[in-house]
Amino acid sequence: MPDRIILQVSRYRPERELEPTTQEYEIPLREEWAVLDGLNHVKDKLDGTLSYRWSCRMGICGSCGMTVNGEPRLTCATFLTDYSPGPIRIEPLQNFPVIRDLVVEIGDFMRKLPQVKPWLVRGEDAAAPQGELLQTPSELDDYKQYSMCINCMLCYSACPIVGLEEDFLGPAAIALAQRYNLDSRDEGAHERMNVLSTAAGVWGCTFVGECTEACPKGVDPAGAIQRYKLTAAAESLRSFLLPWRSA
Amino acid sequence: MSVRYTEFHPRWYRPPMSVFWWAHRRSYLIFVLRELSSIFTAWSVVFLLLLVHAVSQGGKQYRQFLDLSSNPWMLALNVITIAFLVFHAITWFNLAPQAMVVRLRGNRVPRSWVSYAHYAAWALLSALVAWLILR
Repeated sequence: MPDRIILQVSRYRPERELEPTTQEYEIPLREEWAVLDGLNHVKDKLDGTLSYRWSCRMGICGSCGMTVNGEPRLTCATFLTDYSPGPIRIEPLQNFPVIRDLVVEIGDFMRKLPQVKPWLVRGEDAAAPQGELLQTPSELDDYKQYSMCINCMLCYSACPIVGLEEDFLGPAAIALAQRYNLDSRDEGAHERMNVLSTAAGVWGCTFVGECTEACPKGVDPAGAIQRYKLTAAAESLRSFLLPWRSA
Repeated sequence: MSVRYTEFHPRWYRPPMSVFWWAHRRSYLIFVLRELSSIFTAWSVVFLLLLVHAVSQGGKQYRQFLDLSSNPWMLALNVITIAFLVFHAITWFNLAPQAMVVRLRGNRVPRSWVSYAHYAAWALLSALVAWLILR
């Protein structure tokens, strides 16, 4: 195994350039180093001006998503040795405006996410529960997979529809809506349907499937969206055939 | 994506999306081909309806339809159509388990079973059609 590797890092400094350029850094290649460790080495030892986001270093915070050799990856969970002998190309997440170097602007996602009410919705006039709202293991299994989402936005970077349709809610927001729709304690499925069953919601998805491939937590947003399409279609049919039954 | 500029971030760089974005990744190319296959699927339905119509109109019309179908251009189109139809069916059958959650006695049926059920139904219906035509 060679003991050095080249990082080709995308740089964008808005005060002095109109579009990104590439800068190369040679760093030590260590077996236990993730790409993020390599970037931290650059920042600490070689070039303090490099900007990127990171926090937990253990695949929980979802901050360090970047495009590594063309693929959206959590850089804390992507090891340098897997790309040996290199070079490794590191760019910002795709489908997002770039603020600086590897830092992208996530305001669009942050505005879309609350539209699907990703929290437990309970009826306003329902009495406060006495004690815990109990769930069976099977009820937990219904939504647990979707609750693993860490909002890292790798799925937004992988999805071409996100890049082409600016109003599209996107994979993570819809998967998180399903996380609550499928929760036995939640009563907000009907409210979410107004946002989800629209051209900018699930019907904007054409099932490319790359969101699921990119997800580092096994959430399967593509599956969540297709499942919701079935739910929304069944609900439309029900309200057409049995208008008095629909709420 | 729609974003609001503020005085603090006046010059975000917005990477342009190439018209040929689908050619840059194998999975995107397969997706676009799968979408394109819908056109050929629609054509196969039209062709079948034309055949049924010709049969219902009697021998002369049916022979005219056969002549049209043996035209080299029509043959080429239909060879491409059947290739896309097979591609359409296989890609969608492989994706079906992601959309369908089937439960049996409270347990989720393995994903591969959902795919196999689609292929089995395909084989069964094809055998039925073949039997109807060849008997």
